[in-house]
Amino acid sequence: MVDDRLIIAGREFKSRLWVGTGKYKDFAETKKAIEASGADVVTVAVRRVNITDRSKENLLDYLDPKKYTILPNTAGCYNVEDAVRYARLARAAGVSDLIKLEVLGDERTLFPDTAGLIEAAKILIKEGFIVLPYTNDDPIVAQRLVDIGCPAVMPLAAPIGSGLGIRNPYNLKILMEMVKVPIIVDAGVGTASDAALAMELGADAVLMNTAIAGAQDPIAMAEAMKYAVYAGRLAYKAGRIPRKLYATASSPIEGML
Amino acid sequence: MMVEAIQIQVNGEQRSCQADATVGDLLRELAIKTERVAVEVNLEIMERKDFDHRSLKQGDRVEILSFIGGGAEELRH
Repeated sequence: MVDDRLIIAGREFKSRLWVGTGKYKDFAETKKAIEASGADVVTVAVRRVNITDRSKENLLDYLDPKKYTILPNTAGCYNVEDAVRYARLARAAGVSDLIKLEVLGDERTLFPDTAGLIEAAKILIKEGFIVLPYTNDDPIVAQRLVDIGCPAVMPLAAPIGSGLGIRNPYNLKILMEMVKVPIIVDAGVGTASDAALAMELGADAVLMNTAIAGAQDPIAMAEAMKYAVYAGRLAYKAGRIPRKLYATASSPIEGML
Repeated sequence: MMVEAIQIQVNGEQRSCQADATVGDLLRELAIKTERVAVEVNLEIMERKDFDHRSLKQGDRVEILSFIGGGAEELRH
């Protein structure tokens, strides 16, 4: 596919697969998996520096900032105040105004608190952040997020880390038709076919972490995801045939004995 | 003249430092590179250019944060 770049808030991305950097065995494995995935956007969390053991290596020593867009998140934040605080810290620590905004509503499901999400997004957008919100597969909430100035939305496919795949393809499809900004399906992917399905539905990109990091062979799964996202995107662009209940012969009847 | 020691809190832990030390001095003492860290003093986020100008005071609560591996993944506090 020539010239099929993803553009969000004026930034161009080559890869439609974005990956998280959590849950890997070590930084070497993280780096190899990211390379195998072909992703050029990687998400990171913001946490306290270990001041007692300074021997620990830093993740960012393994990720060339020229090669990757570092997308910090507000993972672990359960209210507006915390999410805004972490976003500001991420900007202070980093190099850009990009933030993947998470305001979680419940510890068991990690479902987003969409009311809190909208409130936090408003505050951060006013401060000049480029807010990519992690949201539910609710088209109305997604539209509200766009209305207040989010340049893309990141609806979940299933609960974070669940590997359940696309739980509600119809909602996602409606969301993608309704909302006129890039849609990055985030969370819930279990295997390659899930990623392909998300792209076939019309997602502009897919973000995943556990599906790769938690696989038996993370590097092989990262590669599988790269092809799945690519194949799904190609299929979406190609336009699938309509579903029909009955057969349509592929071979002509004419010329038969 | 002896420099007085003060008590501060760094990432939740008590610590003493010299009364005239700056945020920049603290980072150097902890061998923390200033690139890609965020520093908050008493809930106020510092700009990197101010690290060497902000003196630490008795009872200051300092938070030093950086990026770690994380994704679509929640990390418990």
